[in-house]
Amino acid sequence: MYLAFFKMKFLTGLQYRAAAAAGMATQFVWGIFGILLYKAFYETNASAFPMDFQALASYIWLQQAFLSLYFVWIFEEDIFQTITSGGVVYELCRPMDLYTMWFSRSVANRVSQAVLRCLPVLLFASILKRPYGIGLPVSIHAAFWFFISFFLALFTVVAFTMLIYISAFYTIQTNGIRTLAGGLVEFLSGATIPLPFLPDGVRTVVELLPLASMQNVPFRVYGGDLSGNEMYAKIALQLFWIIVMVMLGKWLTSRALRRVVVQGG
Amino acid sequence: MIEVEHVSKTYKVARRDAGFVNALRALWHRRVEEIRALDDISFTISDGEMVGYIGPNGAGKSSTIKVLSGVLTPDAGKCVVNGKVPWKERVEYVRHIGVVFGQRSGLWWDVPIIDSFELLKEIYKIPDTTYKDSLDELVTLLDLGKIVKTPARQLSLGQRMRCEIAAALLHRPELLFLDEPTIGLDAVSKLAVRDFVRRINVEHKTTVILTTHDMQDIEALTKRILLIGHGKILRDCSFEELKAEAEGVSGGSIDEIVAALYAKYHI
Repeated sequence: MYLAFFKMKFLTGLQYRAAAAAGMATQFVWGIFGILLYKAFYETNASAFPMDFQALASYIWLQQAFLSLYFVWIFEEDIFQTITSGGVVYELCRPMDLYTMWFSRSVANRVSQAVLRCLPVLLFASILKRPYGIGLPVSIHAAFWFFISFFLALFTVVAFTMLIYISAFYTIQTNGIRTLAGGLVEFLSGATIPLPFLPDGVRTVVELLPLASMQNVPFRVYGGDLSGNEMYAKIALQLFWIIVMVMLGKWLTSRALRRVVVQGG
Repeated sequence: MIEVEHVSKTYKVARRDAGFVNALRALWHRRVEEIRALDDISFTISDGEMVGYIGPNGAGKSSTIKVLSGVLTPDAGKCVVNGKVPWKERVEYVRHIGVVFGQRSGLWWDVPIIDSFELLKEIYKIPDTTYKDSLDELVTLLDLGKIVKTPARQLSLGQRMRCEIAAALLHRPELLFLDEPTIGLDAVSKLAVRDFVRRINVEHKTTVILTTHDMQDIEALTKRILLIGHGKILRDCSFEELKAEAEGVSGGSIDEIVAALYAKYHI
């Protein structure tokens, strides 16, 4: 099932080549600017820097390479449109659970975009001089857990966006929620600046939120910034949030469908 | 076998008068009115029948189709189709039905039609051989040979509608619901669609329920007609009977007969 949707999204992605190329160029530039900015900070006061510089550089490049996997504001317009225009009737005539179908579609969408775009960025970042490029994972152990939390983070993101899609059943107009989610989530998930850069008090709270279970975990595991018991706790927290959000999402969907009014005709 | 007994469905509609002041007032006082879309509907349709479902806009045709296809949950009443309650066992049930909503698209917009078909094959888990057979058949009968490689967004309405119908039939459903399948089509496409629906009904014994405003569709295709208005079934009879009932209408074109009927039943 995932595979079929993946194929479909991948084909759609290929259909629009210019978009993919433009996206990739943006990511190179963002990555370079990010590194330069943090370099300036680092040179001013290295001791006040909460992360190892190499770990930070890896963080930024991974972020750019896998942008489409973890950035919450990459919504699927189709799904919103389907709900607000009533096209959802067709989805409901398919022999699949709606939540599962949209979940797998979102995963497929993100993965297919990432596959198209990650390689050039990763390649470019790996030929950059240390410590400005991407380093190797600090150990095999870290690589293994990076791999696990990489997927958990993706599922956390999708489970979260599912809640926003489903909110369209209740509000129809989703711009408000989306804008809010866009800005706030980006900051609180470590997309704007890595979470270790936040002041300690705020950080303790923020790190418990589902948003911190997204890119924050795998990228820091990769660079060795997160390891040992703290890492296990974070990965357990990822699992916890996935389960909670999926259950909530499924419940809200079935509630919405019981009272669904198909818009228009 | 479709059995519908005493099905009702009410919608809530928010209403307000025109203008800015009233819009502000509506922020606090929402006037909600209830509309009875379906009001105690009952009918039975046996296997292999082809039934036309007519009535003016807003009469409840689409709502009935949505109840029958498991999308809408009615407020009251019983509905059993081939031994299943559509909205309760939706996922298992929809495997056996095909639906076309003439005003919407069930195809993926950006990719060639054939990719949409392949995805549907996966979704319905259609075995390879069945898929190939029904694809061949549909492509020939609906003349899709050239079209299937074009993205849906670049097709004309008539071409797309033929693809929509093919998409609804790939998994060989026992029941086919067509909600205004000829809306907006030119004469040639209309004839092609009618001809095809008739063949499917005869050759595969597919039960067909068809809603339309095009009375020629009805005349060409169906023996039995359900007339619905204000959410109630008003008549359940043959097209000839319905015609006879409106006898003496001036002009006597099919549309005028139907208009006279609507007037007679105050709908």
